[in-house]
Amino acid sequence: MGVEVRVEGLTKSFGGHAVWSDVSLTLPSGEISVLLGPSGTGKSVFLKTLVGLLKPDRGSIWIADNDLPRLSERALYEVRKLFGVLFQDGALFGSMNLYDNVAFPLREHTRRPESEIKKIVFEKLEMVGLVGAEEKLPGEISGGMRKRAGLARALVLDPEIILFDEPDSGLDPVRTAYLNQLIIDLNQQTGATFLIVTHDINTARTVPDNIGLIYHGHLAMFGPREMLLSSTEPVVRQFLNAQRIGPIGMAEEKDADELQAEAASGVELPPLPPIPLQLRPSDGAPRRAEHAPGAWCRENGIAPPPGSFS
Amino acid sequence: MIRASGHFIAFSLDTLRGLARRPFQVREFIQQAWFISSVSILPAALVAIPFGAVIALQLGSLVRQLGAQSFTGAASVLAVVREAGPIVTALIIAGAGGSAICADLGARKIREELDAMQVLGIDPIQRLVVPRVVAAMLVAVLLNGVVSVVGVSGGYLFNVVLQDGTPGAYLASFQALGQLPDLIVGEIKALLFGAAAALVASYKGMNAKGGPKGVGDAVNQSVVITFMLLFALNFVVTALYFQLVPQKGS
Ligand SMILES: Nc1ncnc2c1ncn2[C@@H]1O[C@H](COP(=O)(O)OP(=O)(O)OP(=O)(O)O)[C@@H](O)[C@H]1O
Ligand SMILES: [Mg+2]
Repeated sequence: MGVEVRVEGLTKSFGGHAVWSDVSLTLPSGEISVLLGPSGTGKSVFLKTLVGLLKPDRGSIWIADNDLPRLSERALYEVRKLFGVLFQDGALFGSMNLYDNVAFPLREHTRRPESEIKKIVFEKLEMVGLVGAEEKLPGEISGGMRKRAGLARALVLDPEIILFDEPDSGLDPVRTAYLNQLIIDLNQQTGATFLIVTHDINTARTVPDNIGLIYHGHLAMFGPREMLLSSTEPVVRQFLNAQRIGPIGMAEEKDADELQAEAASGVELPPLPPIPLQLRPSDGAPRRAEHAPGAWCRENGIAPPPGSFS
Repeated sequence: MIRASGHFIAFSLDTLRGLARRPFQVREFIQQAWFISSVSILPAALVAIPFGAVIALQLGSLVRQLGAQSFTGAASVLAVVREAGPIVTALIIAGAGGSAICADLGARKIREELDAMQVLGIDPIQRLVVPRVVAAMLVAVLLNGVVSVVGVSGGYLFNVVLQDGTPGAYLASFQALGQLPDLIVGEIKALLFGAAAALVASYKGMNAKGGPKGVGDAVNQSVVITFMLLFALNFVVTALYFQLVPQKGS
């Protein structure tokens, strides 16, 4: 079963420059959360801090009774066994072929016979559609394939908390659709807690139970999917609808002049698009953390954009 | 600078601790030992021959002016076994072995392989650094033996064939000034140099940052730092040796 991750007042800086500060959020156990944010706002840094690869300046990361930044090295290695992480570039071991890469965690941490390892490895490779490429070295395959192989390796120890750094970047639209379905199905089967960093708006709108947005050095908003998709907060609205109009510019933050010019020209924000239904597991059963569509909006007295949930 | 030295010392202690931790990575160790020797034996031998010959040449004329030809053999043995052997070994281990270790670990670092390994619950120090350090120490000791033998033979050939020295005198003077501790201290030096070179290379590699250029910088720094460290280490060990071990003929 999944594990809850509670982040409190987390701050991380490099050489005096804060990447983000005072981030607090809870990844509910067994739910899928998506983390969004403009390029370079520190989403990858956030994931690395969550698994203890980077030490935050301040704040806590609670996993069960463990405060991750304050664990001893040895205890940290124990807690990390709960995690499966897909790095942005796959992070495969360059000297091993795909089969050995996926088998590596099994060989290191379990005493399974090679025949059993083979069975598990092929099961995971099949899941990500890489059967037939198992003899290839990471240097010989495309970026999208590396990513899928990294995914297979991240899943091989049946982790309780799964962190994905842009699983869909470098994938074609069809594979992205398959991957999103795979994520939902995995969540259904294993009940693991997911955090997905993505730039794909369609993924962000249909896959998660919760959405967070990092912008300008802080967590702008984190909460149920419907809360963010119906939000009229300028940054959230601009980002989730991929618009040019709003506070985010090419260099992350538009300067005052540009914003004023925008306001003066009287551009109207287009209306919020309808909120789509959540993606269901492939057997059509309800999701683990599913609420009735529109439940959040009703509870909070917010009218969803017309045409939502159909 | 001081902070970096502190980090390096902490890293070395971690490695020492990793050495005691089971399981020892036998496969990685064998691969690395094989790899380091394959890149270093030939250059070491090729450097050792002229080194022995140069020492013989220098000493040969000097000694003749002093009228002490009979000591050529002893002098060249002392020079090669005590000093030149470990230094040549050190340069080759740092230049050929260390740079390869640093580049390898640096590339893994920037490709996030080391991060991935840590997330999979495996300590890169125990898994990658410890076997490399032990392998470098082993190869350094072996290499020092090769360099000593090749250097002394080179000196012998040069002295006997080209400078008309007498084989008997060369060998006899061996006995007069040389002693077993000379060889032992040479091997101890080699052991230390191997460890230092591999530690510096691993440390620099694992802390590489900033893409492929960062790896290049790390390799460059690792070689320079290792050289400086090794010469300092050599001085300390030699000084201790002369203090602690009584010398023949004095
Ligand atoms: N190890 C590091 N040392 C110093 N600065 C770093 C380090 N890692 C990341 N940064 C800086 O932190 C900031 C955030 O980087 P990060 O990779 O987390 O962005 P991101 O949100 O993942 O962007 P993208 O969407 O493009 O992947 C960047 O400005 C980067 O330069
Ligand atoms: Mg990133």
